[in-house]
Amino acid sequence: MFHREAGVFKTSYGADMALYPLPIAKWAVAAVAGLFIVIAPLFCSEYIVSVLNLILIAIVGALGLNILVGYTGQISIGAGAFMSVGAYTAAHLVVSLGLPFWITIPLGGVAAAAIGAVVGIPSLRIKGIYLAIATLAAQLIIEWTINHVPWISGGTQATITVERPFVFGVKLAHERQIYLFLMAFVVIAVVATLNLVRSRIGRAFIAIRDQDIAAEIIGINIFKYKLYAFAISSFYAGVAGALESYYLGIANYEQFQIDVSIDYLAMVIIGGLGSVLGSVLGAIFVTLLPTATRWFLETFGGAFFSYSDLLSVIPNLRLIIFGGLIIFFLVVEPEGLNRLWRNIRNYFRVWPFSY
Amino acid sequence: MQLPEFEWGFTLALLTNGVMIGLMYALIALGFVLIYKATDAINFAQGEFVMFAGFIAAAMASTVGLPFWVSALIGIVGMVALGFGLERVVLRPLIGRPVIAVVMATIGLAAVLRGVSVVLFGASTLAITMPVGDEPINLGLVSVPPVQLVGALVSIAFLGIFTWFFLKSRTGIAMRAVADSQQVAMAMGINVRRYFALAWAMAGVVSAIGGIIWGAMLGVDNQLALVGLKVFPVVILGGLDSVMGAVVGGLVIGIVESLTSGYFDPIVGGGTKDFAPYVVMIIVLMIRPEGLFGRRLIERV
Repeated sequence: MFHREAGVFKTSYGADMALYPLPIAKWAVAAVAGLFIVIAPLFCSEYIVSVLNLILIAIVGALGLNILVGYTGQISIGAGAFMSVGAYTAAHLVVSLGLPFWITIPLGGVAAAAIGAVVGIPSLRIKGIYLAIATLAAQLIIEWTINHVPWISGGTQATITVERPFVFGVKLAHERQIYLFLMAFVVIAVVATLNLVRSRIGRAFIAIRDQDIAAEIIGINIFKYKLYAFAISSFYAGVAGALESYYLGIANYEQFQIDVSIDYLAMVIIGGLGSVLGSVLGAIFVTLLPTATRWFLETFGGAFFSYSDLLSVIPNLRLIIFGGLIIFFLVVEPEGLNRLWRNIRNYFRVWPFSY
Repeated sequence: MQLPEFEWGFTLALLTNGVMIGLMYALIALGFVLIYKATDAINFAQGEFVMFAGFIAAAMASTVGLPFWVSALIGIVGMVALGFGLERVVLRPLIGRPVIAVVMATIGLAAVLRGVSVVLFGASTLAITMPVGDEPINLGLVSVPPVQLVGALVSIAFLGIFTWFFLKSRTGIAMRAVADSQQVAMAMGINVRRYFALAWAMAGVVSAIGGIIWGAMLGVDNQLALVGLKVFPVVILGGLDSVMGAVVGGLVIGIVESLTSGYFDPIVGGGTKDFAPYVVMIIVLMIRPEGLFGRRLIERV
């Protein structure tokens, strides 16, 4: 992750595809893992840990969306809806059957995957902009259905209260406890995605993204793999949605409206399409944006606005910065933060002899 | 489950309302079609364009106190400038990039416009008063508010103008050529960039007029941008690149919306208005993705 190679010495495909290109990479990963799993919850304040928790949930969702949008090249504006399917499934299983988290969260993912595969069916016939609009329709229809079917929504407010999960009989009531719980899911999601995209399925996804006709000709069943992409991506989204409802204590369709789908798309784009590290960076960036905007304006905004104005300006300034950044990245650095990170690494690879 | 009793008067009123609203949808969708037809770009910010135009005009009329016609003119000029500017800064660098880049850029644009309009014009609802009075006009069997009637007439006028424009005028033909093949158009001596900018400016004009009328009906606040979500069913049904399609799509969606909300809202408890158009759209996407009047791209995989 942070090491600098002296050159490329790989002699086999296996070495090229390895998760750890050099032994030192293991140490780097171990150091980062130690920092975030041990140090962060011990030394950060409760507030910072709560922000980190939101980031962790976003990472799971962003990884899933990146599998679909970044690796398979299918545009989806429906991530929020799949998250809501996972959230409501898990919430119902918890409330009505009292199942533990290690059943409800995967089942939430499976339910979302099933719905996602159904939404993915049109992707055989339509692509590009039409698919984007079809997933937008799915988002609105799922949202409406959840809101208007009392059997799903669980009452007039469409809100289901979800108790914090129990692990080994301990209720995860504190931010730090649930931080480790969420971190476990993030680690699983990151490792699973890293391995998925190097597998046969992942290579098929990339082939479909790069040239679907060529992919078909070399024997990839496009329809099957597109459905896989939708199902896997929605599985991640469903898990993220279930985690979010566990974390926030409620499942509510308002958490998963279209602006959430757009947030996730922005994470994937700002982070970098088709990159695991990019999904993580994008999730961090987009989740921190509102917090950073608020902090910045509360600190320095007093010079420009009165306090009452400030309250209405903050969310809108956040929108402006958010939209502006999406456009900026698309125009200036289409490969996102991941590319910036690679540029920095490449610069230091030959530093200080950069000629 | 008790269906509301079938009444001719009620149905006719719903139909009229649907046609009036549908013509407005058609006008707003026209802005979308113009951009797609000329530049192949999908404008997810069409609703925000409409909202922003409404805000400019409403702020000029109510805050500055200018007469209606002057503020409407300022709204139109402002949107033309915005269209030119956005094309230059945002869309031109994205020419030739994948669809998702353009889609995402216009989504970003939508967020920026929504934020900017509140920061500039405030969060409260502004009113646009058209100098046409409030008394419903009686059209034989049904009566309609004058604002809706003006909206419908303006829509029809504009749709006529643009149909003529694309079929007969030199500029319109050049624009279609650009849409068909940028390379060939360039080889024929057409300044492709100029036509891209022109398309965005024209979309600005259409959105401005849509925004002023739509704002006069509903009041101007950031809810006005929600009309953008109605544009997609309209253009998918009619065909993304067809002016005629926008008209037919707008009318069908307007009528579907009006009838379903009239008959089903009491049963399911509201909200069918936002839902039914998308069901229509999904069906169209499954059966005939290019829409009723759209150009069919043959591609087999």
